[in-house]
Amino acid sequence: MNVLVLAGGLSYERDVSLRSGRRVMDALLSVGVEAEMRDADVSLLPSLANDPPDAVFIALHGSTGEDGSLRGVLELCGVPYVGPDAFASRLAWDKPSAKAVLREHHIPTPDWVALPHDRFSELGAVAVLDRIVARLGLPLMVKPAQGGSGLGATVVRDPNSLPAAMVSCFAYDQTALIERYIEGVDVAVSIVDLGEGPIALPLVEIVPSNGVYDYAARYTAGLTTWHAPARLDLAVSESVVMTALDAHKSLGLRDLSRVDLIVGPDGLATVLEVNVAPGMTETSLLPMAVQAAGMDLGEVLAQIVRRAARR
Amino acid sequence: MSETELDGGRVSDTGTTLDDYTDRYAHRVNGMTASEIRALFAVANRPEVVSLAGGMPYVAALPLDTVGSMVGELIAQQGDTALQYGLGQGMLELRERICELMADVGIDAHMGASPDDVVVTVGGQQALDLVARLFLDPGDVVLAEGPTYVGALGVFQAAQARVVHVPMDDEGLIPEALEEAVVRFRAKFLYTIPTYQNPAGVTLTEQRRERVLEICERAGLLVIEDDPYGRLGFHEEAPLPLRARRRDGVFYLSTFSKTFAPGLRVGWILAPHAVRDKLVMTTEANILCPSNFAQSVITTYLRTMPWREQLKGYQQLYGERRDAMLTALSDLMPEGTTWTKPGGGLFVWATLPDGLDSKAMVPRAIAARVAYVPGTGFYADGNGRQHMRLNFSYPTPERIREGVRRLAGVVEQDLAMRAVFREAM
Repeated sequence: MNVLVLAGGLSYERDVSLRSGRRVMDALLSVGVEAEMRDADVSLLPSLANDPPDAVFIALHGSTGEDGSLRGVLELCGVPYVGPDAFASRLAWDKPSAKAVLREHHIPTPDWVALPHDRFSELGAVAVLDRIVARLGLPLMVKPAQGGSGLGATVVRDPNSLPAAMVSCFAYDQTALIERYIEGVDVAVSIVDLGEGPIALPLVEIVPSNGVYDYAARYTAGLTTWHAPARLDLAVSESVVMTALDAHKSLGLRDLSRVDLIVGPDGLATVLEVNVAPGMTETSLLPMAVQAAGMDLGEVLAQIVRRAARR
Repeated sequence: MSETELDGGRVSDTGTTLDDYTDRYAHRVNGMTASEIRALFAVANRPEVVSLAGGMPYVAALPLDTVGSMVGELIAQQGDTALQYGLGQGMLELRERICELMADVGIDAHMGASPDDVVVTVGGQQALDLVARLFLDPGDVVLAEGPTYVGALGVFQAAQARVVHVPMDDEGLIPEALEEAVVRFRAKFLYTIPTYQNPAGVTLTEQRRERVLEICERAGLLVIEDDPYGRLGFHEEAPLPLRARRRDGVFYLSTFSKTFAPGLRVGWILAPHAVRDKLVMTTEANILCPSNFAQSVITTYLRTMPWREQLKGYQQLYGERRDAMLTALSDLMPEGTTWTKPGGGLFVWATLPDGLDSKAMVPRAIAARVAYVPGTGFYADGNGRQHMRLNFSYPTPERIREGVRRLAGVVEQDLAMRAVFREAM
């Protein structure tokens, strides 16, 4: 079997993607799967036509890999790929849309509003921001409606810092997602389907040293403490797993995903977002979960890829 | 890993930071974190992005075939020396050539320059590093222009020194500001790039050179003069280096990176013998010796190829590109944007309209497929948000114009966004 790992792309997360791609490629090679890495550029389609791989592993983060469009193109080329189809991918990538689906399925997610920047100029920023604070309260989390790696995200505890947070967010995306900020424990649930349906790997608890899981905290070894498995009691862990699996299924996802949640002091798990191309870098959460499960990343990825290749 | 039963549940303490050495690193490692901004620049080498962010000379302008044959012959005929370890101080023939080059700009035997006092380094960067190793203890103060070269900031930070910036204007370092700084701070040295400065593009005028030297002499302040771009003036000769005016009190650093090619990593320092001895001891401890191969290539190049014509070629090429950039900026940038007009070198320093932040603007620029370096990279004190460095040496004039067009769009968008939220702030 030969696998093409797509990594790089033109998104904000290109650097993360290149590292994810290399780790995926190395992991596959280590278990005897032929794998090579390519960028999503003008050479991709000719290469797929001339030398089609058995399957594509999408290690592209950001819009290129996650908004569904690339998957649509791969379908046009008749090349199987790992992960959800274009539609499900698009749904998960757009946080407001994903949250609406979660809410429909009674899966807890923080109250929110999503607003494109135009609304602020049309309706007046002061009026809109006042309304948001009145309705959702404080603290708030402001983040791009489409994005990852903590880019453009700010926790707002004081209404005076909300405008600056909006400006910072709109540097990354046309639409901002503003939601109630839930205090609690950050937990990541990595989900894989090895042939028997989606299963949750050990939960990873994230404790950034300065309290914010920003870009530096995610990608600098030494700045965050990760606990795998998470330090939650059994009943809570089980409930978190159920919530995460529900989220994965409700969005129509496939093969693998990562669900990011907050577990409140009451043990209630609230879903923040669902990732269809989870990071695979040296500090990423899914590989950590695989290791905590006593499994080999290469074997896990190889199994997933083999299933995808049969589609 | 331990597991304890607790109230019917299980708690295991399996925390990891994925860095086993956090309690063993030297203090100088503090603050080394993955940088969001640097990561965003990963797209800059995709062809879709017009990068005005690099600092790269246009090495494709070299006659690469000829250089290639030259290198081939060099190995064939002198491979046993060129590929061997050499002197820590650098090859004598290169040091002699370096003295010839310096004599062109007034740093000659009369001014105390001799091959014995030249130390060849791995690029100008290592020259800076050696100076820092020799002179800086943690907590020492360095005076530098504001803004200054990012590579120097990195060296001073690694030495745990404190950088105090002295402001510049269109004529370079402001002497009155230097005077104040010299009184307020007991600095180890003044680090200056007087000619076609990176990043500001400005040049210290003739009159100010004398004033700066007087101020430093009176204060007993050592001057570290970094001159990578002095030979890259367009339609003009730069004022003579500081070192050409003083035998003492100025160490002169330069490099072949822009006049020939950066890939060879060859630079040098000219310093008085007592210092030079220590520099040699330090560099030997650091790298053993600079690359004989790289030095041989440069020596042969200077000896056998028309390097002055090549230099003229670079001057012409970069002059055209500077013109393209200045024209594009003038035609396209929104009102309120200003910029320097360099007489040489590789960079323009732009100042954004009030209220804009060049670092915060980077994601917009990436989305618009243009890259630049935010001004904050060139200050140790967090300043620089209203500025950006734009490189013109590498992209073609058409790409430069396109890049400026995209950048202007980004600035407009940012202005509009801030206007929307200004009343709320």
